[in-house]
Amino acid sequence: MTEERYEFTSTAKKRLIITLVVGLAVLALGIVMMSSGGGHDAHGAETAEAAEGGHHAFNWMQRIWANLWINNVFFGGLALIGVFFVAIQYAAQAGWSAGIVRIPLAFGGWLPIAFVLMLVTYFLGGHDIFHWAHHDLYDPASPDFDPILDGKKGFFYWPMSEHPSVPVFWLFRLVFFFGVWYFIFTKIRSLMFQEDEMGGDSYWFRLRKLSAIFLVFFAFSSSIAAWDWVMSIDPHWFSTMMGWYAFASWWVSGLALITFVVVLLKDKGYLKIVDANHLHDLGKFVFAFSIFWTYIWFSQFFLIYYSNIPEESIYFVERWKSGHYAPFFYFNLAINFFFPFLVLMTRDSKRHSRILKIVCPAVVFGHWMDFYLMVTPGTLKDNGGFGLVEVGMLTVFVAAFLYVVLSNLSKAPLVGKNHPMLQESLHHHI
Amino acid sequence: MSSDSKYILGVYDNEVTLLNAVKAVRKGGVKIHEVFTPFPVHGLDIALGYRMSRLPIAAFLFGLLGTSLALTMQIGMMTVDWPMIIGGKDYLPLPSFIPVTFELTVLLASFGMVGTFFVVSNLKPWGKPKIFDIRSTDDKHIMAIDLSKNKLSEADIKKSLKDSGASEVNEKVF
Repeated sequence: MTEERYEFTSTAKKRLIITLVVGLAVLALGIVMMSSGGGHDAHGAETAEAAEGGHHAFNWMQRIWANLWINNVFFGGLALIGVFFVAIQYAAQAGWSAGIVRIPLAFGGWLPIAFVLMLVTYFLGGHDIFHWAHHDLYDPASPDFDPILDGKKGFFYWPMSEHPSVPVFWLFRLVFFFGVWYFIFTKIRSLMFQEDEMGGDSYWFRLRKLSAIFLVFFAFSSSIAAWDWVMSIDPHWFSTMMGWYAFASWWVSGLALITFVVVLLKDKGYLKIVDANHLHDLGKFVFAFSIFWTYIWFSQFFLIYYSNIPEESIYFVERWKSGHYAPFFYFNLAINFFFPFLVLMTRDSKRHSRILKIVCPAVVFGHWMDFYLMVTPGTLKDNGGFGLVEVGMLTVFVAAFLYVVLSNLSKAPLVGKNHPMLQESLHHHI
Repeated sequence: MSSDSKYILGVYDNEVTLLNAVKAVRKGGVKIHEVFTPFPVHGLDIALGYRMSRLPIAAFLFGLLGTSLALTMQIGMMTVDWPMIIGGKDYLPLPSFIPVTFELTVLLASFGMVGTFFVVSNLKPWGKPKIFDIRSTDDKHIMAIDLSKNKLSEADIKKSLKDSGASEVNEKVF
């Protein structure tokens, strides 16, 4: 078969840049409306209340930081899931996916950008995102002294530190995880590209070993990352399901995005190797892991709901029982469970790109909304909303992410011509 | 069911001959009743032109029945007939009903699917299965053709089976 190479045309580049600029404009408009007080939420009374509660008064910058954090965590997770998908395929010795693994591989190119953005967001807006970042919580002389958080400070700062200043331990994990993920990702990528030149099965065996190592590391690092980046936003609250919950959300949105990109590339005439059988497998992934996400989501929700312990149920009181976030709560379930469950149930719907093109973007957006619900109530309390700021920031991130992914994709052939499983993928029938 | 139906059987030695034979025989205008193979043969269902199984539809409907039965039962017992407050929840604590609803949905969907399959395949305990050729459980591939459902003459069918590479052509009357 002939070598296929994705061409990142200047029209595609221009479109993405225009999308990014439009996103920035919407974002700027949202900021102007918010800071001038003419937004959709009346802030006056609430700000006074918040100040009374002993916390910092609500500032519109907080909403920017919270939004940055949602998108950092979501898109950083998507990049990570790309590498995870590749590793799974090699570790499981999968043949069907030999023709499409380069698409999730290209997602990994976002990892360094996600890392820098996260670090910058933490240093500029960490106090507005993480309650635990306030130092007076750990000072027994201060009226804000919090004995519970004081007991947990070793997890953020340093196990033995008495006077917390910079959260060294938390930052160390951030750097360490991204470092290892990126290191293994570049290693996997270079081995895959070397295979194109040299051929033979030795690369495949080395990739398999490397993938297994990555999966072991991913297993605990993704879970701890979920505690660090998401669960610690509500520092008094804890859930043993959180690692799985964040992973499930990342994983199914990653699968939906992979499927969506594959379908779009196929529409453009690329990926001749992919037929209805491969789409069927990808569709099954999206269908199955939508149910998996629901299972995890419900397991976390149900135990808390049923046992009704105040320190646990506060999490869902904030989300389900507040008029502010309840619509998002129901929307989350509808778009992430009922919609893909009912639409992708039949065999035909998974084999037709037209239906996948509707369901996959919806699932990706639905899980963005899931992360929105994890982050916003804890950071913005009742000042959060869904408006121009959210739409603008999401648009900017989508455009930037796709730009990075597509330019990474154009740097190498779309299909590894010396992949030992390529024939199996060509003759894939289900 | 007619008491006497006559089948023509083509016996094939390997799956490659069989696959080509199925295509050739169907092209010749012969309607195939069923093919029996000792192991699953890739692409056979496509070559035979089978329509998609409607079993998933039955499974979905049985699942829906399970969902409604479970919800009716629980709401009937805990909300309508003898309203009870458990753990400070409402009279209609929907999340508490989900695990039982889920289990009954899965149970009825799977039992219903197995039952439907048994009925459709005529696998009742007292039923007598039609065994066309016992060697299809060992190393032979058997193509069965119902003579009464075909317009072609017996001789023509036998000839087309022979031409398609059958090692034997037999008859069987049930």
